Amino acid sequence: MGKVSKKLKSPPFHIAKRGETTWYYGIIVRAVAILSALIISGIFITVVTGKNPLIVYTTMFDGVFGHIDRVWDMLHKTAILLGISLAVTPAFKMRFWNIGAEGQVLIGGLATVMVMLFLGDKMPLPLLILVMTCASVIAGIIWAFVPAFFKAMWNTNETLFTLMMNYVAIQLVAWFLKFFVKSGSGVLTPMHEYGLPVLFGNEQLLNIIIVVVVTVALYIYLKYSKQGYEISVVGESENTAKYIGINVKKVIIRTLIISGAICGLMGLLLVGGSTHTINTEVVGGRGFTAIMVSWLAKFHPIYMILTAFLIVFLEMGASQLNMVIGISSSISDIMTGIILFFIIGCEFFLRYKIVRTKRSKEEVK
Amino acid sequence: MKKLIALLLAVAMLFCLVACGGENEEALGMSEAPLAAVALKADYEIPDDFKVGFICLHDEKSTYDLNFLNGVTALKEATGLTDEQVLVKKNVPETDDCYQAAKDLVTEGCDLIFANSFGHEDFIIKAAKEFKDVQFCHATGTKAHTEKLPNYNNAFASIYEGRYLAGIAAGMKLNEMIEAGDITAEQAKIGYVGAYTYAEVISGYTSFYLGAKSVCPSVTMDVQFTGSWYDVVGEKNAAEALLDKNCVLISQHADSMGAPSACEAAGVPNVSYNGSTYESCPETFVVSSRIDWAPYYNYIVECVVIGKEIADDWCGGLEEGSVVLTGINLDVAAEGTVDAIKEAADKLKNGTIKVFDTKNFTVGGKTLDTYKADVDTDAAYTPDTEVIADGYFHESEYRSAPCFDLRIDGITLLNEKF
Repeated sequence: MGKVSKKLKSPPFHIAKRGETTWYYGIIVRAVAILSALIISGIFITVVTGKNPLIVYTTMFDGVFGHIDRVWDMLHKTAILLGISLAVTPAFKMRFWNIGAEGQVLIGGLATVMVMLFLGDKMPLPLLILVMTCASVIAGIIWAFVPAFFKAMWNTNETLFTLMMNYVAIQLVAWFLKFFVKSGSGVLTPMHEYGLPVLFGNEQLLNIIIVVVVTVALYIYLKYSKQGYEISVVGESENTAKYIGINVKKVIIRTLIISGAICGLMGLLLVGGSTHTINTEVVGGRGFTAIMVSWLAKFHPIYMILTAFLIVFLEMGASQLNMVIGISSSISDIMTGIILFFIIGCEFFLRYKIVRTKRSKEEVK
Repeated sequence: MKKLIALLLAVAMLFCLVACGGENEEALGMSEAPLAAVALKADYEIPDDFKVGFICLHDEKSTYDLNFLNGVTALKEATGLTDEQVLVKKNVPETDDCYQAAKDLVTEGCDLIFANSFGHEDFIIKAAKEFKDVQFCHATGTKAHTEKLPNYNNAFASIYEGRYLAGIAAGMKLNEMIEAGDITAEQAKIGYVGAYTYAEVISGYTSFYLGAKSVCPSVTMDVQFTGSWYDVVGEKNAAEALLDKNCVLISQHADSMGAPSACEAAGVPNVSYNGSTYESCPETFVVSSRIDWAPYYNYIVECVVIGKEIADDWCGGLEEGSVVLTGINLDVAAEGTVDAIKEAADKLKNGTIKVFDTKNFTVGGKTLDTYKADVDTDAAYTPDTEVIADGYFHESEYRSAPCFDLRIDGITLLNEKF
């Protein structure tokens, strides 16, 4: 056996962290990413289904903007997704992995529907709406507070805890439907008469306005308030936070209360402001999609409007594709995947650069 | 060497293609359907600007929705409706999204909109009140005959008759097992995976049980509920729980492949619902009853096109071709099943036998001569209509959706919590 050369050859390229970039660099990278995503998924669609990609994209666009009702529907869907994304954001900023938004929203919805069902005929509507709001917010808070309390006190794993709370909420809804729907069908008749007020004849407007208000409020809270700053510090480093005298336990619990309250409020909007009844599908996975929306926007409430819109656009576009040109939902899911992959992937090029390795003389020899 | 491997692979692929393409179910040991789908008669002229929209709870992956979608395909074939004239919205949940979907279909220019899930009903009624020029039809619902909207209609089929016939296949299979000495007569126990303790499910499993009992008198049945209309894992678990309780044959009223695939894994015969599961379960599939929605689709399209009023609560039966059976798996089913089913179907058609004949079942050891069922839906679901007369329970006569909700002797509900 010969001697093994100990000299390692370095690769021709390596990755280096990028410093500050100019503003237009960010735009160019993102534009290139979106364009490449559209081209690649266009090729994919043509190969798999034989449809013209241009028709595919115009159909998607039509599915979102083709009619004023669709635009309202898009705004409403974006608002709901945005609201739930806003709710998880303070927790994520603090590096508290709250994946329990699904359950927190659902339990808020359950509280709303119970108030509608049991108290609906017992009090005037304005008072009822007040009770509904309180009930849903409190329910959401409880669902977030329990894992936060355990985390703060005994450092339990919040990811598992919040996840499990989702299943508790889902089963509570199933149990509720079993016991209070007398026919046994598991379908509770919507109680449109006890819904939130309809503004200017538009059933979706109030929900949208509420989410806009929450967005602005959360932006100000995170960016300009002392508590918002504390959240960032705890997220960056718990030890730093302790060192400068921040009560970490208090911050964790307080932040999760805010998270849960917004989730509960979204439950109120979904149930009281839109569906007027409940089933286990009413949140429809948005509690999990919200995590992606929040991450994509780097926890920035205003950017989240864009990322929430992107997800809703892809969903509604895919459903239109399915309806009009019969592209199966699996194909459109793949397409959505490709587009998201590129958008997330381009972040790499914003943070890092690939540089040619300068080889030392010894190596060349 | 590489070339050789490539050649071999190419040949192997070719064989696969031939194998997949060339076979159909009949060649593989399926009988002809004892109660086949009827050919649709569409002798009316459909204007080019006519559009019909469908709203489905899930997509093709659910056996329930697939059955509706197959009906849509049959409708298109029979009437020549083009892809542009038939719009299908899939995966529409039972929330306000359903109303939005209906509204969107109106925007697309639909003259007729059909929704397929029970929980869609109230959202479709909301849309019907708003868009009075569009006809709305809803499968499995109960409110059309009391809401009295001119443009909102319910439909169902006397599927209990189909279940009864499928039950005969199950009973004959049990008899075969008893004769072969695999089980004793007392061990002839059927397991049934149900969704909710709701009249539609109760009517389904009871008629299935009575069909089995008509040929195998010692049969008993355990029912396990899942508390969901569509829950792949829950249905699979329920089927496995029933197998643990020594059930020797399984059937289900739930919409996923959960129960059939659990049976295939365990090698226990399965009587399916909503359509053939033969392709994925060739070793255990016996037969499946299903509602064929194509005759109803054809009927409502004709009504809208020629301007006739749609019946507000339509119930299709054996005559209309709404209740059908798939082919029978000859490898699994007992001998003579096809003939026995055909004979019973004829008797059901001419009225010589009734599925819910009060002579054939007891409740708490007693034969019933009177029973009030909840026909007109109200908030408290109060029983309001006498349904037993002339010696049988008049199922699907006072309203299309089933209302039989009696707990008869011989059937044990394992978990009535759902």
